[in-house]
Amino acid sequence: MTDITASKSMNPGGDLFTGGAAAGEPQARRRGRLPMAQLRAYGLIFALAVITLFFEVATGGVLFQPLNLTNLILQNSYVVVMALGMLLVIVAGHIDLSIGSVVGFIGALAALLMVRFQVDPLTATALCLVVGAIIGGVQGYFVAYLAIPSFIVTLAGMLVFRGLTQALLQGASIGPFPDVFQLLSKGFLANFAGPWTALLIAFGVTALLIGLNWRRRQARIRAEGPAESLASFIFRNGVTATLMLAFAYQMSAYRGLPNVLLVMFALVMLYHFITTRTTIGRRIYALGGNIKAARLSGIRTERLTFLTFANMGALAGLAGMIFVARLNTANSKAGVGFELDVIAACFIGGASAAGGIGKVSGVVIGAFIIGIMNNGMSMLGIGVDYQQVIKGVVLLAAVCLDVHNKNNRL
Amino acid sequence: MQPVLEMRGISKTFPGVKALDDVNLTVEPAEILALVGENGAGKSTLMKVLSGVYPHGSYAGDITYEGRPGHFRDISDSERRGIVIIHQELALVPYLSIAENIFLGNEPARFGIIDQGRVYARARELMAMVGLDESPDTLVTHLGVGKQQLVEIAKAIAKKVKLLILDEPTASLSETDSEALLQLLLRFKARGIASILISHKLNEIARVADRITVLRDGTTVETLDCRNGAIDEDRIIRAMVGRTLENRYPVRAPRIGDVLMEVRDWTVHHPVHADRVVVRNVGLTLRRGEIVGVAGLMGSGRTELAMSLFGRSYGQGIRGTVRIDRAEVDVSTIDRAIAAGIAYVTEDRKQLGLVLGEDIARNTTLANLPGVSTAAVIDEAVEHRVATGFRTKMRIRSFGVTQQTVNLSGGNQQKVVLSKWLFTQPKVLILDEPTRGIDVGAKYEIYSIINELAEDGRGVLMISSEMPELLGLCDRIYVMNEGRFVAEFPRAEASQEAIMRAIMRSKGLNG
Repeated sequence: MTDITASKSMNPGGDLFTGGAAAGEPQARRRGRLPMAQLRAYGLIFALAVITLFFEVATGGVLFQPLNLTNLILQNSYVVVMALGMLLVIVAGHIDLSIGSVVGFIGALAALLMVRFQVDPLTATALCLVVGAIIGGVQGYFVAYLAIPSFIVTLAGMLVFRGLTQALLQGASIGPFPDVFQLLSKGFLANFAGPWTALLIAFGVTALLIGLNWRRRQARIRAEGPAESLASFIFRNGVTATLMLAFAYQMSAYRGLPNVLLVMFALVMLYHFITTRTTIGRRIYALGGNIKAARLSGIRTERLTFLTFANMGALAGLAGMIFVARLNTANSKAGVGFELDVIAACFIGGASAAGGIGKVSGVVIGAFIIGIMNNGMSMLGIGVDYQQVIKGVVLLAAVCLDVHNKNNRL
Repeated sequence: MQPVLEMRGISKTFPGVKALDDVNLTVEPAEILALVGENGAGKSTLMKVLSGVYPHGSYAGDITYEGRPGHFRDISDSERRGIVIIHQELALVPYLSIAENIFLGNEPARFGIIDQGRVYARARELMAMVGLDESPDTLVTHLGVGKQQLVEIAKAIAKKVKLLILDEPTASLSETDSEALLQLLLRFKARGIASILISHKLNEIARVADRITVLRDGTTVETLDCRNGAIDEDRIIRAMVGRTLENRYPVRAPRIGDVLMEVRDWTVHHPVHADRVVVRNVGLTLRRGEIVGVAGLMGSGRTELAMSLFGRSYGQGIRGTVRIDRAEVDVSTIDRAIAAGIAYVTEDRKQLGLVLGEDIARNTTLANLPGVSTAAVIDEAVEHRVATGFRTKMRIRSFGVTQQTVNLSGGNQQKVVLSKWLFTQPKVLILDEPTRGIDVGAKYEIYSIINELAEDGRGVLMISSEMPELLGLCDRIYVMNEGRFVAEFPRAEASQEAIMRAIMRSKGLNG
């Protein structure tokens, strides 16, 4: 028994059967879990804000210019897409080091199919996603059913698929891609409602999100569950809404909303929903939190682990296609080191290396912290050498802060 | 005679809670002092104060040890003076040998080079002293819990212990191992080593302790002296809970119905050594509203039987049939066993029962998420209502269903596990050591819950190493030994002696 349980289950002077809860209650309320958890989320947003403002000032206001903002989204989109899959893998208690190589491999495969064999872009895209899922699934099979540590399986995958990328391309760069395919990364949503289309859409989406959040909060209150205070709700949703509208306003000043942003947004919403509201999401968290207890609760842990890896593979495939569509050429260096940015994004975003902990919102913020640093440092003319040093330090600092917060919470 | 240890007026406050309030404790030379109290009474906190986990200055009061002030900065500080704590969770390195573990951090070495010869010679000496009959080269992971405990004690002696503190040393030991450990304590006593024994097993305490100090709600209630006549268990319980526990087992008028579950010719092989039979041709019946006990020594195959029935979560080469409500059911995977109406409450709730980092609500619904979802989408309002319902019904003491289960006491954690399984609406509940490590008051509550389950018409199969518990609760008791059911007693004929005789008589029948 630890001292914490000792102090909490104390009931000085109380009767054994009734005194416990009453005596423990006020103290527990004071440092309840909800406000603390929110503080941590705010801490992350605060860090993103500080970093953003720093680069905005340091680059003399270039960071937020419509053109750069659009570039930022395009450059960062594949990190966000893969971070969603990586979050599930990490929450399940594993890691996937192979995704950078899978990005390269799927990019090369897409190029071969579309450029060399003239396969219809839509068919080729679907095929690439399936191949990505199979690659992830095969690695997942080794991890889940043969109980080989994921670090080793995906390290092998990293080597295998980098090698296969080079074998597919034979040292050549293959391009250009069909115009339709390039739209994935270079296209923008048609301004059907005039120059303010982006703002209009953002307005609609924001209203919808706030509506949904409000409904959820009301439902919680009706169920007498833990609901955040009205002030906190207004603050949180207000900040989100303001940011989204300001962002859309800036974007509409360039060419509007990029297609890839829409894909990314849809995926973020989808994975947020999966992780917070669905049984499969809940089971992945339980699996990462205590695999034995999860298994004894009737959860098919092997299948679940297998699925998280297959899902990761499919998302890495998608990211591979977004990447080659943007460059308009597939080369054997594509995706080198991507796994590091993606994993860093997850850990900066508060995922726990031990599994069981991590949120989509955190990971998206983590990905943007990485993205803005990449973008901002490049604009400031910082060499790639020191960019890596700085990113490494930020990663370490973020995780230290996280560990510190958790210890204080206990 | 001057006491070895004197703790006077110890108070320790955590934010918002006074964990210890003016506690006094003395240990005489060469005596066994038992420290008892319910979970949360402050026993562990007091021992942490003594050993320096809470350094001098973080608490109020005085400690005198061997006539000098005992103000310790940390554990190594107190160990240097000969105070060694052996915790409930053993702190051994599984893939190091016995000898290496004994001298871990304390290696006989010269200039950093370990003197292997001395390590083994000393290790043999120490192992002989604690009665551990193994090679010093054996890896600790290959030892059972009882022997691991002996390694811990050998390690303590290697540090020249003068005051040995044992925190629930026999909680996970079989009766034979417990007995050996208690004998060891008595031998130490003869050699002049004083010990503090923290335990919930009052029969053991009554047997070996010289004096018993009772803590309740962070204060010393009284110290009972056993040297002038034995103290009976009821006397100790009265001091612990501050009132008389009239009856340690709630009364139930059994209403037993039709046969609910029937297991025939159940045979299980060891998961690694396929030729070893762990459960041999076991047959059992369980009726509606019936509580059936499975008695037996540690390692008799009880947990293995339960887990193999529950979706083959243990063993291989499993043969036999399970019928529920007369129809044969498929229990080949855990989800199928759950669907067939079986629930298994594990003996190890922290490792196997709960996701400790998650809250009460999420743990409650984990085994039946479809019960709070529509089309794989969880309805949090429903989930909250379900969890709150169980929290009220089970009287789980927490500040709500969003409290993490890691912060709950043993009894409350067990109630969460029970809630989880009740929410799967099982017909049959297999309870494996349902009250292990739970204090007296909470035990009574768990017993009441078990009785209610039977009154609802469910069948309860209960495994326990505490025979009085089985005798107090069960309508019928099977006795298991070496993988077989060797006897069956209806309530009226069951007694501790009868059960032990059945076990002894069957010994060695498997050759």
